[in-house]
Amino acid sequence: MSFTKLKKGMTARVISIGNNSSEMERLQEMGLTVGTVFRVIKVAPFGDPVEIDLRGYRLCLRKNETKGFEVEPIE
Amino acid sequence: MKSNQSNNPATEPEVPTGQHLIALVGNPNAGKTTLFNSLTGSHQKVGNYAGVTVEKVSGYLKLDDEIVECIDVPGQYSLSAVSEDEKVAVDVIEGREKDTRRPDLLVCVLDATNLERNLYFFSQLAEAGHSVVVAMTMVDRLEQSGQAIDLPKMSNLLGVEIVPMVGHKDRGLQELKDAIWRNLRDPRTASFEIRFPDAIETRVAALRERVARVGIDFTKFDIRRALLHPDDPFNSFLKDFPEMQEAFEVARNQLGQEGVLKPAIEVQSRYDWASVVKRAVVREVQAPKTERSLTDKIDLVLTHRVFGLGIFVLLMYLVFQSIYTFSQYPMNAITACFDWLKSEARPHLAGSPVIQSLVVDGIISGVGGMLVFLPQILVLFFFIAMLEGTGYLARAAFLMDRLFGWCGLNGRAFIPLLSSFACAIPGIMAARVMPDRNSRLATILVAPLMSCSARLPVYLLLIGAFIQPQFGSAWAGFALFAMHLLGLFLAVPIVWFLNRKLIKGKRLPFLLELPPYQWPKWRDVWIAMYFRGKIFVKTAGTIIVFMSILIWGLSYFPRLSATQEQQVSRAFVSSNPEASKSDIKKQIDQAQLANSVLGRFGKTIEPAFKPAGFDWRITTSILSAFPARETVVPSLGIIFSLGGDVDEKSSDLPKALRDAKWPDGRPLFTPWTAIGLMVFFALCAQCMATLATVKRETNSWKWAAFMFCYMTTLAYLGAIAVQMIGHMFGNN
Repeated sequence: MSFTKLKKGMTARVISIGNNSSEMERLQEMGLTVGTVFRVIKVAPFGDPVEIDLRGYRLCLRKNETKGFEVEPIE
Repeated sequence: MKSNQSNNPATEPEVPTGQHLIALVGNPNAGKTTLFNSLTGSHQKVGNYAGVTVEKVSGYLKLDDEIVECIDVPGQYSLSAVSEDEKVAVDVIEGREKDTRRPDLLVCVLDATNLERNLYFFSQLAEAGHSVVVAMTMVDRLEQSGQAIDLPKMSNLLGVEIVPMVGHKDRGLQELKDAIWRNLRDPRTASFEIRFPDAIETRVAALRERVARVGIDFTKFDIRRALLHPDDPFNSFLKDFPEMQEAFEVARNQLGQEGVLKPAIEVQSRYDWASVVKRAVVREVQAPKTERSLTDKIDLVLTHRVFGLGIFVLLMYLVFQSIYTFSQYPMNAITACFDWLKSEARPHLAGSPVIQSLVVDGIISGVGGMLVFLPQILVLFFFIAMLEGTGYLARAAFLMDRLFGWCGLNGRAFIPLLSSFACAIPGIMAARVMPDRNSRLATILVAPLMSCSARLPVYLLLIGAFIQPQFGSAWAGFALFAMHLLGLFLAVPIVWFLNRKLIKGKRLPFLLELPPYQWPKWRDVWIAMYFRGKIFVKTAGTIIVFMSILIWGLSYFPRLSATQEQQVSRAFVSSNPEASKSDIKKQIDQAQLANSVLGRFGKTIEPAFKPAGFDWRITTSILSAFPARETVVPSLGIIFSLGGDVDEKSSDLPKALRDAKWPDGRPLFTPWTAIGLMVFFALCAQCMATLATVKRETNSWKWAAFMFCYMTTLAYLGAIAVQMIGHMFGNN
């Protein structure tokens, strides 16, 4: 499913990062490589950005900057 | 004297020749700035890299027997530079930056609590062949969370020295200096290896051999980079060897067919390595805590949709009030000081009116008018350093990003924009809280549209003279409010346009880290305030004083001859027989200003401002207010023959404005003219200090000139639009 569909508190694994743009490459360089498991901590009051916990740190992403970013929720 | 030098922040230590150069590198939020401040204290200098907006910060640190220069490289996540700031960082590290040679040693700051991502960057750095010493920060925080890190083991794995740091207590500082000293004498490069998929490794080895056969020795990292990144600079070097270029191309195609050459392969391999290293050196000593960390508990409140926003508004109100209200006391003191200086200087220079006016109205006014901004800058940077140091700034950006993000700004823009309502100068300087160059530039360019406190006297004067008497207090209040919102509303489409049409450069995704909360370090706060103040006075201040003197000259020369002066006073006395001596003096001052270059220019461009309903007197006042808009009230005083001592509260000036007539007898000011003039002031770039600050912060006159042009055009069109609306309502 798409990253934007994730809800607060969900844990998910990165399945694919999409196209080879410098934006997407940067997300990977931040540690969001394929297979990485992360947790959605919260969504900002106005609906964006989304705070996630990955590799032991907290990162916020804008939903509209994660196009092509596919994840699978895990228990 | 010499031994005192190290305690005096104003002097730089003497630099011996053959001095070593080191560079401090690392991820943002890894504690790099704190470490840099600990290492160099106030022995810092701040400049700009040539041609870019990036600030160059370097300093000196004292080892046992030598002084080493240290560059604080902007924090970065990766060596694959995308943005302008990152390109500069990479160029500094590689020694490609003009005026800066390749550093002899890199001190890489690694955050122990965020090891994998920090190691990713470290792995790129070490493979590029640099000798590296690691300063490991946040070890204490890692231990608090029930984990332990085995640094000797890690040092073995990476092949570099690792020094644990506790930033708050400066613990580890001496050990780090010792390690720097050792590594400068005996440089070591890292000795670890990242396993890439075999298909890549075998081809890299084969290609390396081929390249070696032509007699060029490249490391396998160089070869691999060239293979995986077709746009790597190394490939342009291959252009001279067509058959080599082809070999790379063939290998790349084969890898592509085998499905190995995915763009992510390099990042993936590095992160796989980093997590192996982390697992090997970090272990749990206590059972992982199940309860929320302190940071999470604080965040429950501070990023809450109700409380979080409420606290944000309160905090910003406090910041704004501090700049707007509390800074008034030191500002008034500075003004009083310079007023006293003027009154002291005046009699001493009475012998020569030109020199008297130059010193009093040009130089002293210019320096005073520049220093008066200092309290606001210091107060704002105190708050920014506090907000940044605690980690709250990132939370505020998280809360606000949606509101600012859609038009091309980002969540951090609220600090510069809000402070610009007090004064655009600290606001523009505060735009550096935004790491991304495009957002920073867009924010800088619209910051002066926010209605600063220097516009208030103009609003009060004109509303008091034309709105309040005719329409009552409620409308007067509304007019004041509307003037403050005007710039903000216009800023939104302007940013939108700037981001799409004018500001070029690669866009990176908005990436915001939320670091754990911590106490700010007082030294970091103090150093931030000290250097921001110093930079303002040194660079922007010089320009401001110079321009003040220039504008003084334009409004002072040419002088009327003695006979012309007599004619003016005779004409005035014959129509006003009871005129007092000071009335005559005011009349002569008015004639002098009208005769000056500025006054003549005002008359020349009067036709251009006719559509806005301005005559030459208003035009000249506007012109004379270009160095600083607050001078418009005294200018109006002179030009309406009341002398330059009037302020917006005196009752003479509103009356004079109301009584002013066009030559044909129509009143000069209608309420619409007054609104038009206010709109003009709300939108116009009438502040040299702002332009000088923009020049300093963007490192280019181009953006300052652009700002001046677009704001002045906007102001001109705005004033005309108001007059046209007035006509539509049957008011002329």
